[in-house]
Amino acid sequence: MDVISIRDMEKKDIEEILDSAEAYAAGKKKSPLSGKVLATLFFEASTRTKLSFQSAALRSGMEYIDFLPETSSLKKGESFEDTVKTVEGYADALVIRHPKEGSARLAADILGKPVINGGDGGNQHPTQTLIDLYSIRKSKGRIKGLNVTLFGDLKHARTMRSLAYALGMFEAKVTLVSPVGLEMDPLYVKELEDRFSLQVHVKTEPEFSEADVLYVCRIQQERFADPMEAKRVTERFRIKKDDLKGAKDDLVILHPLPKINEIEGAIDGMKQARYFEQAHNGVPVRQAVLEYALHK
Amino acid sequence: MQVDKIEMGTVIDHIRAGKAAKVMKILEIGENYPHRVAILINVPSKMMKTKDIVKIEGKVVSEEHANIIALVSPGASINIIRNSAIEKKFTVALPKEVSGLGRCANPNCITAEGAKTKFRMEGDGRYRCHFCERRSGAEELV
Ligand SMILES: [Zn+2]
Repeated sequence: MDVISIRDMEKKDIEEILDSAEAYAAGKKKSPLSGKVLATLFFEASTRTKLSFQSAALRSGMEYIDFLPETSSLKKGESFEDTVKTVEGYADALVIRHPKEGSARLAADILGKPVINGGDGGNQHPTQTLIDLYSIRKSKGRIKGLNVTLFGDLKHARTMRSLAYALGMFEAKVTLVSPVGLEMDPLYVKELEDRFSLQVHVKTEPEFSEADVLYVCRIQQERFADPMEAKRVTERFRIKKDDLKGAKDDLVILHPLPKINEIEGAIDGMKQARYFEQAHNGVPVRQAVLEYALHK
Repeated sequence: MQVDKIEMGTVIDHIRAGKAAKVMKILEIGENYPHRVAILINVPSKMMKTKDIVKIEGKVVSEEHANIIALVSPGASINIIRNSAIEKKFTVALPKEVSGLGRCANPNCITAEGAKTKFRMEGDGRYRCHFCERRSGAEELV
């Protein structure tokens, strides 16, 4: 079974993965993947995603082989298709990260072995979305009915688009907070509303008093033509310790990491800050994804 | 304007004015096509004010292929000619799937590297790229 896009998955598939991840995290489950080989092909750097896949493979009793584009025949002009076809013969499953959108789907179409999308350009990063859902469910005990505020640059962040989709599937209440000009594509929001009868609230002021979960992503200074404006906006949208006074007491703050300065450092040690735990959840969730990919 | 009747081939009528060139491209009629082709542009039309017409000798276009024309010119009508008579006549319908034709509007799509394109129509009549998942309107594909 390929894992390419959250759009391909049904709610029950996702729930199965989340349950399985929970069992792995609790040490209650032994992976059936012992002796299998995972190939990690990262055509662009993403150290955390790669390390957490490799860790998940090792914890599942698998071996992994790592493809390094800088030392490969890619430099001699080998096509993406030829590369993945060759590596397919060395492994039982492939994790592919590539800067072009649709690359993982293309690989899945031409290969017989399971392909897991480790991020295809600005399109999908399904295991990140699964980690986000897992982290929400783990910290709150449920997803349905929660007020989830997605906060930051919602125009460019692929994480946010996929997460909004998944939250719609799980019947959460979604609030989108972003500076003017960095809003999520309204056509996409409309699509989610139609598909899941999801109620989406859109705000352009940094506000999250109603939120049960605050999911923050970075606002890149490069997105603004005027550097003064960039500075002003990023400062206004930085989450500060004082802002939490007006928030729910049991607020959970998540972030896909790496973060730069969009969350004040003083928050890191507070009970609301769950983003490092979220990153650690990557391993059991990816163990569950490996099992799903290889055993479905 | 008089154009000779064709014995075997396809006549595409009621093409939106100005879209004849795109129809030729969709039907893969290029400079090496060996038979006669008549392209009529801005022909007066009662219903459409002006329309284009393309008459292709020696090629019978499949319904599936002809339906791609609906992307640029909904309402175009197809006449399949055999033995100098109309054998079949139909109006093009938007295809549920477009494969191997058209171009994804996303410049960062893997299909821009040469992979074969594939689009599927969604409920609202827009098309989604099978690869990069970008949605685009029918006319953006061709
Ligand atoms: Zn595309």
